[in-house]
Parts: sequence; structure tokens; C-alpha cells
Amino acid sequence: MSEQSSVRLDGQGTAAEAVSDEVARSEEASILLDGQKVPFSEGQTIMDAAMAAGTYIPHLCHNPEFKPHGSCRVCTVTVNGRTAAACTMPAQNDQVVETSTEALQTERRRLLQMLFVEGNHVCPACEASGNCQLQAVAYYVGMLSPHYNHFYPQRPVDASHPDFFIDFNRCILCELCVRASRDMDGKDLFAISGRGINSRLVVNSPSGRLGDTDFHTGDKAAHVCPVGAILFKHQGYDKPIGERLYDRQPISEVGDARAAEQGDQSNE
Amino acid sequence: MSSSDLGNFISRVTDQYSRDPLQLINVLREVQDRYSHVPSEAMPQVAAALGVSLGRVQGVVEYYSFFHTSPRGQYEILLSDSITDHMLGKQPLMDYLCERLGVSVGETRADGRVSVGNASCTGMCDQGPAGLVNGYTVTRLNKERVDEMVELIDAGKPLSEWPAAYFQVEDNIRREDALLGTALEDGAALRAVLDRGEEAVLGEIVRSGLRGLGGAGFKTGIKWSLCRETHSTERYVVCNADEGEPGTFKDRVLLNRDADRVFEGMTLCARVIGAQRGYLYLRSEYRYMLEALETVLQRRRAAELLGENILGVPGFSFDIEIHLGAGAYMCGEESALIESLEGKRGVARVRPPFPVTHGFVNKPTVVNNVETFVCAALIAERGGDWFAAMGTEQSKGTKLLSVSGDCARPGIYEYPFGVTMRQVLADCGADNALAVQVAGAAGHCFPESEFDRRIAYEDVATGGSFMVFNRDRDMLDMARNFAHFFAYESCGFCTPCRVGTSLMKNLMDKVYAGHGTEADLEEMRNLGSVMQETSQCGLGSTAPNAILDTLDKFSDVYQRRLKSTAFEPAFDLDGALEEARQLTGREDSAAHL
Repeated sequence: MSEQSSVRLDGQGTAAEAVSDEVARSEEASILLDGQKVPFSEGQTIMDAAMAAGTYIPHLCHNPEFKPHGSCRVCTVTVNGRTAAACTMPAQNDQVVETSTEALQTERRRLLQMLFVEGNHVCPACEASGNCQLQAVAYYVGMLSPHYNHFYPQRPVDASHPDFFIDFNRCILCELCVRASRDMDGKDLFAISGRGINSRLVVNSPSGRLGDTDFHTGDKAAHVCPVGAILFKHQGYDKPIGERLYDRQPISEVGDARAAEQGDQSNE
Repeated sequence: MSSSDLGNFISRVTDQYSRDPLQLINVLREVQDRYSHVPSEAMPQVAAALGVSLGRVQGVVEYYSFFHTSPRGQYEILLSDSITDHMLGKQPLMDYLCERLGVSVGETRADGRVSVGNASCTGMCDQGPAGLVNGYTVTRLNKERVDEMVELIDAGKPLSEWPAAYFQVEDNIRREDALLGTALEDGAALRAVLDRGEEAVLGEIVRSGLRGLGGAGFKTGIKWSLCRETHSTERYVVCNADEGEPGTFKDRVLLNRDADRVFEGMTLCARVIGAQRGYLYLRSEYRYMLEALETVLQRRRAAELLGENILGVPGFSFDIEIHLGAGAYMCGEESALIESLEGKRGVARVRPPFPVTHGFVNKPTVVNNVETFVCAALIAERGGDWFAAMGTEQSKGTKLLSVSGDCARPGIYEYPFGVTMRQVLADCGADNALAVQVAGAAGHCFPESEFDRRIAYEDVATGGSFMVFNRDRDMLDMARNFAHFFAYESCGFCTPCRVGTSLMKNLMDKVYAGHGTEADLEEMRNLGSVMQETSQCGLGSTAPNAILDTLDKFSDVYQRRLKSTAFEPAFDLDGALEEARQLTGREDSAAHL
């Protein structure tokens, strides 16, 4: 591609702005988030500042325990009138950020619809239903149907591991398992292969099967999937559908599924 | 291929690249060249030798177009799928080639002799239809040449014995201005910076108003200053020669004709920012130039213009390595290019931080286009005022345009910024123009009513692509070609581009086939808007441009194909019976709905 295509990100001034990040920020540095003055500290993104202030910005690939990734684009907000991903955009003093205009919610709905038709997401038959962020965010943005034509990709399930299934049909390519296994578990068991619409999650073993890895229930990567792609065996439907996390409250109030799960465990 | 042969080969190649994981793409290229694919059993061996994960190797192999997981023929023929090659008769030629060879597109003949496929624009739009045979460019293809090629293939003649005329690439320079017309003695820019100092020369670059000529237009002086001001002992200079934008071929001409000045500009930059190492990222489609470019580098080393103690100045050390791409339009984006240089999938990085502070191996890096480096070298010698005297208020200097399509004289035209499209059309002999697509597939489409607009950053910005369409053309062919191009080239990282480009392609095909309705056009507009607003990088945000432009400016080409109903289901009832018809061998009317 030509550099032409990077005008939006590489236009005049943006690199200078990036460098001016280093300009010392006072304690009072703040952004205007949906009209509310929200403080932030050096190095925080808009998402960080919003989360700290208790403002929910829909997201899927973002998990505050990991370096921002910016692939799902569901957290797109407007910053001084221009769109940007809240999870990767550094907060800068006096930014005017809008998180939930009708235009943004429409864009999010379309992004969600794209994710739904790209894979094979059958909520009523999915063990993750009610605990799935994809489903919960879809409800939150008012998505009533997948709208676009389904791609119906052929993606075999990997059930080779004694303790896990990987149902690639539900993978949304957020790379949280890739990042967790590489950066926290030090195992590097997952990777992304292919290109474009043929991009796919692969397992890092000569056979390509999870059963031939040392993936373990104690791995961080086993606990970060925001959808129902990485599932534990032996414990399906422990909690009936209808009583699950997002069955009772919207995601904007209870937050990310995995964070909530950890909260549950620490309470128990 | 015996397993010990493969093992020995990989061991030798990885040793040759010092088992450096940054060299993964180079290693895989050698494997691909030798075995016509990257065998699955090779991947764990490469991974082990370079100390990277198997997933990383697999991810890279399956990312780049020119790596394959199944064997290709002894001869691999790819025809350029650019709209301009199509306008020169690519499709009938492809059909004829396949018929003569007895193979279909995307397949390898059963005897393993030959395979045929498509390639994204090969940068020969002024001398197409063009293609690649085993990675080497062939130009001006026609039926006679195809006949001869088929004979050479059947006879098993090695490429080195094929007529040189097949591989002849012309510069086709039609109009010279300051850049092409100003001579620069080898080393003159380097002597200027040594005489006057880095600060002074950087000041000239700033004063010149030079902006990135790949199309983005970021001010070169600022870029170099930012990099120079970083606190680092290690910095890099990268020349972006991944000229993949359909319809662009001016870097090809500069590298062929002016490689010295490109390298001079890079070396000048190295002196200004304090870099010891540089890379020329050369798109794989320009591989035919590799040996010649290496020769220029050698000559410059011998002349003390490159290497240790350049021009005898102690401590002025800089060398350039040429890195070949492997088939990915995405790598023209600077951060994806850097990822690719590091032996990874060419996916755009999150920015900020920008390469000037965190670039190659996370060190401060200046990435500039080929043309920009040539201008910088000229400015170092001639001064900023000389350059700033040309062009417009916000676009100083000149611009090389790659003119192709429906015109009498396709080729390279250099103009001061501010030239009107109408002037370019008159000069290239396009007297029946319906539209001009400027800046390639990612650019914009202009009908006759806009021909008086100017080529300049403040009006119509371009990296150089200028494609002319005459009144006999159907602009939907162009829009559909681009829709397919982007779906194929999307890296797949972010949702709107990964899914949006494929949805767009499918909608385009539906409309093209006469099944579209007004609702589909509205859908395309909505999709385009989401892609523009939410994509992670420029590929996704510019991918819908041509479709949105043609919907707006050439709506008749869509309208005349629409069904009159307001809505047409995506599900094609008659099409669904096709398999049954084939199985039963029926084609009668009762077998159709």
C-alpha cells in the first residue's frame, strides 16, 4: 500500500503530538468524557481513564491486565471529533471524548454484526451463553440480528486436550489467549495465522492440536477468552442459563466476564 | 526431497543468516525457492534453528502471498490482476494461457511442470499485461508471447535461456522536471552535510518544505528532527520501496535509473539522525532489480560512500541492506513494513508510539519513500530555497506521477506540485477521458467535472498513481477490481477491515451479477462508513474509497444493474440448484427456477 493510505494516522502533527506526550502533565490533567471531567495520569489511555472513573466503554479485545491491542475496534470513541480506539489512544489533557453517541453505537452494532457473521455463533447452543462478552456487548449496543450474510466458515473443533475444548467457530481473534500464553504463561501456545478473512487462531504444536501441548488449567490463557472459544471440559452448565452473569445485569454494570469470574472465586 | 536433504538445507540457510530470528522471511524465501513451497516438515526445523515458535513460522508462511504450503509448478506464472492490466487485455490472455497449458487459475498441473495464478499489481501498468515467472517480471504479454512461453515450458528450458526481451522493463520517462532533470554527482550530498554540518542541512530540509512523497505528506524535516532528538545510541534509516499501490511504478523507475541518489539520500539521513544501519525494503515484485541494486551498493562501498568511515571521515559509518518483501500490500504502511523487516507478519502496529521513536527493533527509525530520499539528497546540495521555489503553498517541489490506463503515452511524468489533472491528461494523450483514479485503489475517483483540480496535498494528494479511464470503460469494473484487491490484501487484524472488505466484495459481486438492489447500495455506503471510521490503519479506512466515490459520481453504473425490487435475498434459489444440475447433467428449463 502507499503511504497515502496512512494519512489519518500519519498526518501532520500526530507524531509531534505523540512526542509531546512527554510534556510533563500536572496532577490535574483531565479529559472531558461525555461532558464529565475525568482525571488521568501519565501513560494512561482513554480506556484506562474511563475504567478508573467507572464509565463503561464497550470492548472485547481489551483486558486491563494486558497491553492494549486495538483489534476489535468496538471501543471506538470520538476524540476531538475524530474516531479512535479508546484502548490504544493515549489520554491527553483537555481531550473532548464522546463514548456513546448514536453514530458510535451504530458503528459498534455493525462491528458486532461483522463478528457474528464471520464465525459461527449459535448463542442458544453455546456453553458460554450468558457469560459471553460478545453476546453481552451485542445486547448492550442493541444488536437484534446478525444482519449481514453469514460466512459459515468450516472450522473443526479441537477436543484433543483432556481438560479443554477449543471451538474455533467462536473465536473473534482478540488474541487474548495468544498474549496471555506468550506474555504471562511463558508458553507461547497460540498464534494467528492466515490473512484477511482467512485469519485464524492456531495452536503452537507440530500437530496443531491443543492435546499435544502442555496447556494447563492453571494457565492464564485458560481464563481470558471473552467468548466461548476456549472451554473447560467436565464443568458444562454448572450454572443454568438464566442465572448467569449477563442474564441478570448488563455488561455495562458487571464488567468483563473473566474479571467477574475471578471476583467470584476470590469471594468464595 | 529427502528429509535429510531438507534438514541439511535448512541448517545451511539458517547458518547463512546467522540463525537470526529477524531473518525469518529471508530464510523462508530460500526454502520456498528451492522446494516451490514451504513444506510443513520444514517449519519446525526453521523454528528451532531460529529460536522462534512454530506458530510464528506458520503465521508468516500463511500471511505472505509468495509463500505456499503446497508445491507449485517448476514454472510458476502469475499475471498481474491490476485494473490497468485488465484494461490491456489481461483476462483473455489468462484464459488463453490456461487453455494452452491445460491448467486452471490457482492450480498446479498434474505433472508438476507449471502453475498459474494471479498477483496483485506488479508495478508494470505502463507496459502490461505483465506478470511474474518464478518471481521475475515479464512485460508486454500477448498471445504470441504466450505461445512461445508455452513451448519453452513444455521443453523445460530454464528461465536463464528465455529471450531477454520478455524481461525487458522500460523506464518510459515522458516528462522530466527538477528531480529527474537535475544531476547529482555521487557523494555531493554527503560532502554537503560534512561541510555544512547536520544542523544546517536539516535546516535546509525543513526550509524546503519537503513532505513524504509516498503520499502521506508528513514533513520530512520534522520526521528527521524528531528521530535525531531521541535519546538512543541506535537508530535506523528505512527506505520504503514496497510500491504496492495499484497503478504506481515511479519508485521502480527511480531505483532502476537513480539508485545512487536513493542510497545517497539514505546515507545523508543516516548522517543527520545518527544511524549506522539502513534497509531498503524492496517489494518482491521488483526482485529482478536486486542484483543491480546490490552492485550499486558494492560500488558505493568501494568509493567510500558507504561502509566504515565514509569519505574518510572517522566515525561516519553506515551500510545498507536490501530486504525483499514476500507479497503483501499491507507492508507499504510503515509500521507493518517494520514488522516485516523484523521477520514477522506485516500487521500495522498501534501508533503512537511512532517509528521515529519506536521503530525497527523498537529503536528510533526514519521510514521514507524512495522519491523522498532522492529529493532530500538534492536539497542537501542545492538548498531548501531551490526546492521551495517550486510547487504550491503547502506542497513544495515536484511530484512523479505514474500514468497508466487509457492514454497514448503511459509512463512517468514529473510536474511541479499544483498541476491540474487536465494538464496531465493532455500531456499523456488521453483525449477521451471519462475519469481519473488518483492515488491508486486507496485513492479517489474524479470525473471530467473535476479535471481542473490540482495534484497537491491541499487538493488531490497522491503517492503517484494516476489511472485514466476512457468513455468506453465501465467504472464498476474498476470499483469491483479494487473491492477484490482489498479483500485479498487486508491483513485481518481488525474487525472492520477483515470482515468489511469481504462483505464489500460480496456485495459488489452481487450487484455486478445483476442481483443487487437499492438496499445493497445503501448497505455498501454504511459498510464503507464503518470501515472509514473504525479501521486500525489506512488500509481499512481507504478500502471503501473507490466504491463510495463511484456510488456518488458514477451512480448510473450501479443503477443500470439493479433489480427493480427493493430487496433481493442474498440466497440465490436458482444458484442453489446448480450442484444438482451438474450431478444430473441437466440444463433444461425444468431444472431451473
